[in-house]
Amino acid sequence: MAHEIEAIQDPGIPAHVHRKADSDPKEAAKAERQVAILFSLSAVGTILFIVSYIAIPQDVFVFVPIMGDTNAHQLFLGLGLALSLFFIGMGAIHWAKTLMPDNEVTVQRHEFKSSDEDRKEFVKTAKDGAAAAGLGRRSLIKRSLGLSLGLVGLSPLLLLRDLGPLPGDSLLKTSWKAGTRLVTDPGDRPIKPEDLEVGAVAQVLPAMLPGQDHRSLSDIGKDAVLLIRLRPEDFNLDAERLSWTHEGIIAFSKICSHMGCAVALYEQQTKHLLCPCHQSTFDVTRAAKVLFGPAARPLPQLALTLDADGYLVAKQPFSEPVGPSFWERSS
Amino acid sequence: MTARERIAGNVANYVDERTGAAAWMKKNLNKVFPDHWSFLLGEIALYSFVILLLSGTFLTFWFDPSQREVVYEGSYQPLSGLKMSAAYASTLHISFEVRGGLLMRQIHHWAALFFMVAIVVHLLRVYFTGAFRKPREFNWIIGVGLLTLGIVEGFLGYSLPDDLLSGTGIRIAEAIIQAVPVVGTYIAFFAFGGPFPGEAFIPRIFTVHVLLLPGIFLALITVHLMLVWYQKHTQYPGPGRTEKNVVGYPLFPVYMAKAGGFFFIVFGVTTFIAAVASINPIWLYGPYTPGQISAGSQPDWYMGWLDGLVRMAPPLETHAFGHTISWNILIPGLIIPGIMFTGLALYPFIESWITGDKREHHLLDRPRNVPNRTAIGAMALTFTLIALINGGNDIIAQQFHLSINQIMWFSRIGIIVLPPIAFVITKRICISLQRADRELVLHGKETGRLVRLAHGEFVEIHEEISPEKKWLLTSHEQSGALELPEIDKGGVRRPSAIRNKLRSRMSQANAEVAPKVSTQDLKEIEHL
Repeated sequence: MAHEIEAIQDPGIPAHVHRKADSDPKEAAKAERQVAILFSLSAVGTILFIVSYIAIPQDVFVFVPIMGDTNAHQLFLGLGLALSLFFIGMGAIHWAKTLMPDNEVTVQRHEFKSSDEDRKEFVKTAKDGAAAAGLGRRSLIKRSLGLSLGLVGLSPLLLLRDLGPLPGDSLLKTSWKAGTRLVTDPGDRPIKPEDLEVGAVAQVLPAMLPGQDHRSLSDIGKDAVLLIRLRPEDFNLDAERLSWTHEGIIAFSKICSHMGCAVALYEQQTKHLLCPCHQSTFDVTRAAKVLFGPAARPLPQLALTLDADGYLVAKQPFSEPVGPSFWERSS
Repeated sequence: MTARERIAGNVANYVDERTGAAAWMKKNLNKVFPDHWSFLLGEIALYSFVILLLSGTFLTFWFDPSQREVVYEGSYQPLSGLKMSAAYASTLHISFEVRGGLLMRQIHHWAALFFMVAIVVHLLRVYFTGAFRKPREFNWIIGVGLLTLGIVEGFLGYSLPDDLLSGTGIRIAEAIIQAVPVVGTYIAFFAFGGPFPGEAFIPRIFTVHVLLLPGIFLALITVHLMLVWYQKHTQYPGPGRTEKNVVGYPLFPVYMAKAGGFFFIVFGVTTFIAAVASINPIWLYGPYTPGQISAGSQPDWYMGWLDGLVRMAPPLETHAFGHTISWNILIPGLIIPGIMFTGLALYPFIESWITGDKREHHLLDRPRNVPNRTAIGAMALTFTLIALINGGNDIIAQQFHLSINQIMWFSRIGIIVLPPIAFVITKRICISLQRADRELVLHGKETGRLVRLAHGEFVEIHEEISPEKKWLLTSHEQSGALELPEIDKGGVRRPSAIRNKLRSRMSQANAEVAPKVSTQDLKEIEHL
């Protein structure tokens, strides 16, 4: 390390400059008044707070430029509280800056390192203590203690087991079965092909089973499907996938194959589906092939057909798991 | 002795006889703190934390952390009769029926944003001035821990209302957990008590958000402050300030008044903003359901960079042997943040390894005098900023009528190309500033006064700068690069020559500076 003599010498701490209030009693009195005014403004703020709390009903709205229509109760409550807090702070700082001593003080630092003697003493104490306990000699105690400490750590881990069930195959399956009717969400109405215009989009769910009156969010998180109708000639699909559509109606899982957001933005002009979370873009005409963004897989397609009454139903369950990837997923 | 003095004396005597506090108080009331605006940044973080505790406690009195389904019958008409979780319904209740409830919610949310801003800016101040150097490495690591916990705590906090926006955030968090190889699905099912979203997650993160993490925060902040107290604060260089002293104002009364006053100012300003600026209007988003989403979904700013990284990830997945590895989630969601935070935590040790400097430092560096460190900081900031910008790419595309694909490609290329450019530019700027300092010391400052000499030449008068300023510009240390020859004095090749070479190269890069004014330079000037 270079410890050469500095070319320029330290001139030392600059001379103290006195404030007006230090020497002039009039200035000091003025500063005192200013501090008192600041503290009093705080009191005014608290009064505004109390008055607003009691006197302004919660459903009154006032128009404030820039902010627009604003709830008067919350606004004045907040302004009162803000004033009451802010001016206590201003008063205290003005007091410190004008009237409290402003002489800079210099104190010395000390090295944190303990003295060599202290260190030696410490090592000796530690060694003596360890020797007295027989840490070095009694290896049987040491090993059995190590074993039991290691094992006792397992108990809390084991206790966490009941946090949830094991995944099993629940990520692999949805409620869609062969013949499950597509119903509107919301509304739960079954859908006929003629209900959808060309270019229309609908969010659908599987019809509830007999006796079921409620869907859990966990089911919706796997079952949500987007139904889109194009002109049949718009499709660019292989024979199998084409057979999964019906008169230009195609169905995809609405749960993004990237991170599970709802893929809800459909661009009619380009026939692209866009996930608003991370902008993965899927081409509806090519079985939701990924055009852009971080998604690595197309959205799973649901095979459609009609039932005896002419309503749209699933031809078969999803051929692959829906939603984001996971370790156990095979494709 | 007045009556008041007698009472105070009796109380003090009572306490001191039982604790011996007088000796400690005597010493510590005179504790000296150096003054600088940048030392207030950590204070803002601390005060925001206190505000968070106060406003958060208020909110818990009405918030019902439950995903039980209820039908909304409160005063907000647009959602009337809708099915929603009790968590969402109770957040609406706080917003519309509890007097001052919305204000408190907004104070809590704004304070959380300021808390994170203050932590990050405080971290940047500590980094760029070298305040993390020996003996303050422990406090640096605690600080990095607080930053990390702050991000988690903030995320859990805004997830609690169970609205459509925050539910989408939880969905993404679940996907990240689920993407972990081998155990991911199991951890996700344990965390959520079954398949997403289930009914267990909100109650569980509520406990973590209001009990577990605040407890850890409190413990870490206490140690953080005790270390600042015990090690004494660093100070900026200047006349009369050395590595061995502290120049500043005593704790009592000046600092107590200033710091105490500053708490009220931070609280007041936060309250003012919460009163006039709406934040997280959850009633506009609606209750969470996995089948729906709103366009323009954005996390809070301190999660934005992470979201931006995820958005720009290339669509990579590996399918092999019946298993899937989602690189498009793992790399931006876990691996890069892991590297960033580990690098951040280890930086003090890396720097001291490169410089070989094991001494204590209490005088702060001017960032220009340590070009390499400053440039590394600029590089890391550039990386994070591009990620943050990409996190808002949909909003930017909409506001500025740009194509989202173009912004994404700009980010994908920029995040690799721009940080090194930022490094080089910053380093050059630092060295240029050093040269400017050198000019100032040797030739004084330009006065703008032109004088015509007898023989017709025009010259500008330069005015010598003050001795204080001269000292400030020259008092820093310039230690050259480490000398680590590959072959040692005995002619034997060092065992880890590659490591030495790397260290030597980095040390040389670190020592690249504009030489400061030496005695030699001053002599030459005199002779002119």
